[in-house]
Amino acid sequence: MRDSVSKPGIRARLRVEWPGFTLDVDEHLPPRGVTALFGHSGSGKTTLLRCIAGLERKATGQVCFNGEVWQDERTWVPTHRRPIGYVFQEASLFPHLTVLGNLRYGQRRTLAKAENQRPGENKLSEVSEDKFSLEHAIELLGIGHLLERRPAALSGGERQRVGMARALAVRPRLLLMDEPLAALDLARKQEILPYLERLHDHLDIPVVYVSHAPDEVARLADHLVVMDEGRVQASGPLNEILSRLDLPIRLGEDAGVVLDGQVAERDERWHLLRVACCSASLWVRDNGAAVGDHARIRILARDISIAREPKTGTSILNTLPARVVSLGEDSHPALTLVKLDVAGSPVLARLTRRSAEELGLTPGMDVWIQIKAVALL
Amino acid sequence: MKNLVTASAVLAVALAAGNAAAEEATIAVAANFTAPMKIIAEMFAEDTEHTVVTSFGATGKFYAQIKNGAPFEALLAADEKTPKKLADEGAGVADSRFTYAIGTLVLWSAKPDLVEDGKALLASGDFNKLSIANPKLAPYGVAAVQTMEAMGLKDALEPKLVMGENIAQTFQFVDTGNADLGFVALSQVMQNGEITKGSGWVVPADMHAPIRQDAIMLEPGKDNPAVAAFLEYLKSERALEVIHAFGYETE
Amino acid sequence: MLSDTDLQAIGLTLRLATTTTLILFVVGTPIAWWLARTRSRWKGPIGAVVALPLVLPPTVLGFYLLVAMGPNGPVGQLTQSLGIGLLPFTFWGLVVASVFYSFPFMVQPVQNAFEAMGERPLEAAATLRASPLDRFFTVAVPLSLPGFATAGILTFAHTVGEFGVVLMIGGNIPGVTRVASVQIYDYVEALEYGNAHRLAAVLLVFSFLVLLALYSWRPDLRKT
Repeated sequence: MRDSVSKPGIRARLRVEWPGFTLDVDEHLPPRGVTALFGHSGSGKTTLLRCIAGLERKATGQVCFNGEVWQDERTWVPTHRRPIGYVFQEASLFPHLTVLGNLRYGQRRTLAKAENQRPGENKLSEVSEDKFSLEHAIELLGIGHLLERRPAALSGGERQRVGMARALAVRPRLLLMDEPLAALDLARKQEILPYLERLHDHLDIPVVYVSHAPDEVARLADHLVVMDEGRVQASGPLNEILSRLDLPIRLGEDAGVVLDGQVAERDERWHLLRVACCSASLWVRDNGAAVGDHARIRILARDISIAREPKTGTSILNTLPARVVSLGEDSHPALTLVKLDVAGSPVLARLTRRSAEELGLTPGMDVWIQIKAVALL
Repeated sequence: MKNLVTASAVLAVALAAGNAAAEEATIAVAANFTAPMKIIAEMFAEDTEHTVVTSFGATGKFYAQIKNGAPFEALLAADEKTPKKLADEGAGVADSRFTYAIGTLVLWSAKPDLVEDGKALLASGDFNKLSIANPKLAPYGVAAVQTMEAMGLKDALEPKLVMGENIAQTFQFVDTGNADLGFVALSQVMQNGEITKGSGWVVPADMHAPIRQDAIMLEPGKDNPAVAAFLEYLKSERALEVIHAFGYETE
Repeated sequence: MLSDTDLQAIGLTLRLATTTTLILFVVGTPIAWWLARTRSRWKGPIGAVVALPLVLPPTVLGFYLLVAMGPNGPVGQLTQSLGIGLLPFTFWGLVVASVFYSFPFMVQPVQNAFEAMGERPLEAAATLRASPLDRFFTVAVPLSLPGFATAGILTFAHTVGEFGVVLMIGGNIPGVTRVASVQIYDYVEALEYGNAHRLAAVLLVFSFLVLLALYSWRPDLRKT
């Protein structure tokens, strides 16, 4: 108990009861990377996020961050004293302030607090450091040209970017994001996702990201917490959770895994990139990434077929050796999910039961997988 | 509501009598005459074949309503000025005008022992406020001012004056204790010929002009026998007895 | 055109309406804030009490205030023990009465504005390090300005037009408690209709100009 409190990361043991809904969670979230809270609406993921932020006064239990107690039986640190940044689903910018006014709102108060706490220290360095952090946030989210505008004059995507910059301008030690893309259409989402990835790559603070969209989770998360009806169903590193046979059912068509690798080679002629991952190579469409860049690829279970021999004469580029780990149920009685091991990385394949039977698939068997589509994220 | 109860009571009596010649008179009555009027109206219904429907209120408002077509058939005013004006303007029947009651002014306090010799008390200045009715609006206010003038105390008392818009409000200022003293109507503090609450000093009638309350028949009531009958009934022995019991004089 | 007493009455009216509005901004806003945000079971009863002056006829409300502020009433006992003396027939007595009478006109528009704003902007401010008081002044008040403007206009106009309560509490003392509405009433009751019309016209034109200025100053009021 003591240990889990002082361990780095977020410790949340919480209970919230409302008519018709109970949140009951006892979790430890890692101190770095992006943790996605994933689940349907009503699963309690937003409530859990609000509890961590101190926005749910009715919650009982304990919240600790890197050993600091934010909430327990005796302690309640109010939201404005928690070192967090919070991005709301609908941005929630202050309509009476310009974009710059919104950004400065939190920054100014953070600055004032820092001065009050450490009156003896050199204030100038604080100021310049903070200026940098605001400028950095503005640059990171590409909102420099919007500073004099009012929120009402921004598009949904721009508003959300300002919301993120505003949250970063308080120099948080923990960033909480509540479905920042949910209110946006597909085009706006595509506009913002690159910025989110930049955050992922540039920030060294932990991020808790609430989402119900598998593609966002696949693209951004390092760690996944699956929630349902106020409880945690599964929690762990992204791929470990994605490849669990008892869970992907919830994802349906989106069942699949995410692999991290590195761009190893560019084929100029065919506009392809070779990505080295799991001791093998996968060819993907060239998206402009440089050789040596970190690459994340997503492979959906429905895009993998299994053969007992390496096939030739097919249109499929990527064929890899694999070993069957286990077989599980899928969302339809005609289908089965097969968990495979590809050089140490788990991969899921979706087959008909009939094909699995005809192939005689059993755990431990060596097979070849053909990957029909690989998405470079 | 009270009007309705009175009216329906009167009406019920009239219907029980079953008199085919019964007529109904609609009469506007000054608020200060409310209590005696209710009794007189019931007696009138008993003693004659007619009935009255009464409406109580401020004389100034009745004047504005009458001038603008209100269907009142007679007015029992709180002053003599308004019936005269109505008669001059042709809204009232000039020769029907008469004084049905003369108000008596009393210097009154809600405190039981405060008022003994009224004049000496006023001269001493030993009280917080003196409540009077607004002399611009209420005859009792005029009489109060005349009384202070007769005593030679008007200027001395001026800073202590508070004014009620009518004699009822003047009474409330004193009754609630906010003003120690007030010139109010004897009818407000008298029951069965006695001052029942606080202490009072009846102002001698020679200190002010008589507070005449006049009645007049109005144009709409000219051909209604019940109206003439009621105005006549007000001068009857039985009616006068009621009027005196409430602290009014008559001619 | 207007007599000295008329001008005096108008000046007094403006002083009363301004004082009442300013006091109600200070007194009414916290109550509106509480009513807009509480989940307490007292919300209903307190909201109803705030609305009560709308129900009571002014002279009745005035009568009860007269009793309460009188020497035997609770307010009167308090003011006497504080050495202030009795409030009826004083300017400050009128102010107290007007504050009561105009209470719902201040509280309800401000409460509605706070409710329309919702929790979210305040939560956003909290995550940006703003303390509760800070959030109130830098977020809640600016976002509810149209509600405050409406409340101020209604309270001011309502106090200018107030009559029954003032009549009851004031005692019609020139320069102290004889406000314009009472002066007009006196003219009407005394059948001096010419004077009444003149003063009423001045009051109407003045009020119209004040309201017009406020409505043009705040364009968002025109939209609603």
